[in-house]
Amino acid sequence: MASQEILRGEPSRGSFINDPRIRSLFFQTLVVILLFSSIWWIVHNVIENLQRLHIASGFGFLKSRAGFDISDTPIAYTSDSTYFRALVVGLLNTIIIAVAGIVLATIVGFLIGIGRLSQNWLIRKICTVYVEIFRNIPPLLVIFFWYSGVLAVLPPPRESIHLPLGSFLNQRGFYLPRAVWADGSWLIGVALLLAIAMAWFVAHRARQRQRATGQQFPVFWTSVALIIGLPVLAFLLSGMPLTFDFPKQSTFNLTGGFWIKPEFLSLLLALSFYTAAFIAEIVRAGIRGVSKGQTEAAAALGLRSGPILRLVVIPQAMRIVIPPLTSQYLNLTKNSSLAIAIGYPDLTATAGTVLNQTGQAVEGVFIMMIAYLVLSLVTSFVMNIVNARMALVER
Amino acid sequence: MQEHDMSWVRTEMALAQPAPPTERGAYAWVRKNLIGSVGDTILTVLGIAIVLWILPQIINWAFINAVWTGPDRTVCTTASQGGIQPDGWTGACWAFVNAKFGQLMFGTYPIEERWRPILVAVLFVALLVPMLIPRVPRKGLNALLLFVALPIVAFFLLVGGVFGLPHVETPRWGGLLVTLSLSFVGIAVSLPMGIVLALGRRSKMPIVKWLCIVFIETVRGIPLITVLFFASVMLPLFLPEGVSFDKYLRALIGVSLFAAAYMAEVIRGGLQAIPKGQYEGADSLGLGYWQKMGLIVLPQALKLVIPGIVNTFIGMLKDTSLVLIISMFDLLGVVKQNFADPNWATPQTPKSGLIFAAFVFWLLCFGMSRYSMYTERRLDTGYKR
Repeated sequence: MASQEILRGEPSRGSFINDPRIRSLFFQTLVVILLFSSIWWIVHNVIENLQRLHIASGFGFLKSRAGFDISDTPIAYTSDSTYFRALVVGLLNTIIIAVAGIVLATIVGFLIGIGRLSQNWLIRKICTVYVEIFRNIPPLLVIFFWYSGVLAVLPPPRESIHLPLGSFLNQRGFYLPRAVWADGSWLIGVALLLAIAMAWFVAHRARQRQRATGQQFPVFWTSVALIIGLPVLAFLLSGMPLTFDFPKQSTFNLTGGFWIKPEFLSLLLALSFYTAAFIAEIVRAGIRGVSKGQTEAAAALGLRSGPILRLVVIPQAMRIVIPPLTSQYLNLTKNSSLAIAIGYPDLTATAGTVLNQTGQAVEGVFIMMIAYLVLSLVTSFVMNIVNARMALVER
Repeated sequence: MQEHDMSWVRTEMALAQPAPPTERGAYAWVRKNLIGSVGDTILTVLGIAIVLWILPQIINWAFINAVWTGPDRTVCTTASQGGIQPDGWTGACWAFVNAKFGQLMFGTYPIEERWRPILVAVLFVALLVPMLIPRVPRKGLNALLLFVALPIVAFFLLVGGVFGLPHVETPRWGGLLVTLSLSFVGIAVSLPMGIVLALGRRSKMPIVKWLCIVFIETVRGIPLITVLFFASVMLPLFLPEGVSFDKYLRALIGVSLFAAAYMAEVIRGGLQAIPKGQYEGADSLGLGYWQKMGLIVLPQALKLVIPGIVNTFIGMLKDTSLVLIISMFDLLGVVKQNFADPNWATPQTPKSGLIFAAFVFWLLCFGMSRYSMYTERRLDTGYKR
């Protein structure tokens, strides 16, 4: 042991104060002592404070009756349900708004981002103005703008604005016709699944054939025909089992149809328009990050502009785009907690209510943190799979 | 046979001919940028339609039909709503912003004491402007005054209670004062915290490293509202009985912790970008850890990530608007609060107030992002070949 140390070279100044290992050990012990003593101090204070305020600790409260109503309930919930169920409803609402927001933000963001690279000066300028406006305003303000500035000053239900396809817009929200599926509609779902499976199979075979013989097969149009054609065929065969429930105007309100509440609508619009501005910048940077030589080389190989974009530019741009896009998705999910400001019952809002009613602040904040961390982890996990598929495979 | 020399050598350069008319001037520009192809032309028409549809509405609403001054809601309401405007009128109610301007800037800070925030603002601008102009010398002294002296002076001026200044409790602060002071103090606190966290994350000591990773990743994984909830409801529980924090201080702690985690990641990016040779060079000179970091690595790393720091600051300025959820009134909070004022309740009030607030935020954030782009370009030149 000792001989080994001599071989590695004993520090010339024998003082152990200058030994990096001992120093590191000393500092880490210090950190651990500080950490544990402050944790001990905090826990001690918390216990004392809770006893003084007569608040029971632990998660037992989750089983008691909630006693408050929630306006949007994707699963059955009444004020007699438990706190746990209330939190689940909140979590589901967060997931709904996050998924809807991510889809809309991606669509708008890609359109604007591509628009910023357009040959067309006017489109370029319009997209730039959009990005520069929305990037520099707090998202909360955008939410309020839609909620109190736009949706709240729409006419009352009696003077609803008629929109095409039998939908209505008024200060109580957006009313759409709701599809009512009669018996036999399961056939359509089966047909759709079948069509997707067949399209996948066709694409697979076409790729194999192209690799073997070089012959191409119009995969895209075949898939479109399959995915649209088969369900339509099933729809006709099963006797058209679809009717629409149109919203109807009664004296004070609209009845029937599919009702989107203004809270959801303003949150969705604000989050997706805000995030879209950032996504647009990411997309622009991604496409510009593909060097011009790639496009030119593809053109020299005889590819036309469509295949150049599809086979050469977009796959490379996606490699640049996906990691920052993931963090924008995470941001959107986290920003959905702003729902509390306009009373959309997402996780933060319901947990906040639970926290106020029971006084169990520690558990409430803990649940919120865990839920958001898990959501973030799931999102990054999914995006990492996408990223791994897109990443450069080095041979 | 007489020799004819047919060769001819031009002795002067031919004058450059002007480009053909289709390739120059406004027409060529329009052809290239607006009507290059059929698709382009359709897009242009669509774009013009959008602009023609939106722009007149905005101009009408914000300028032509707008009401600039007035005592109460009657100036911004139509006859059927009990006001003086003709029915069917829509326009911005800037009179509302005008009437509430003091509140939007200072909240309910006592009117006779408002010279104090104004003085702080003047000092801030006086120190900030030379800081931002690269040619002005004595940056070190300037930074010291801006980041150390000014916060101390500002603290005594704004809070008061000493030197004969009356004490102003923080619940009376509001508006832009809260927005700016929260974000400025937040950045002043979160920058050093971020540096420490970033160094900790790259440290060779496993315990320190993992503590930093856990802190950074947890904070980055949860929304700011949760952090603010934590600061407003859990911090009081953490303290022994009788000790309590000001609400403003609690929000400040929440915002700073949140920003520190993001700042740490930005700075870590800078630390990673410094070539290994710099670290080894410092080691071979016999510098200790803090000398190595403070004299060699951090100055280079921080310079690299100035744009990132500014972006974090922009994010933080936007995020301070969230303190409204723990019932503090920043600029957005004051605007929101005043929707409830019966004296000014009109259909146009919310939109006008929010657009004013949006304009202020936009001006600050856009200005900062432009400055950061300028800095990026300026600092970039050193590395170009």
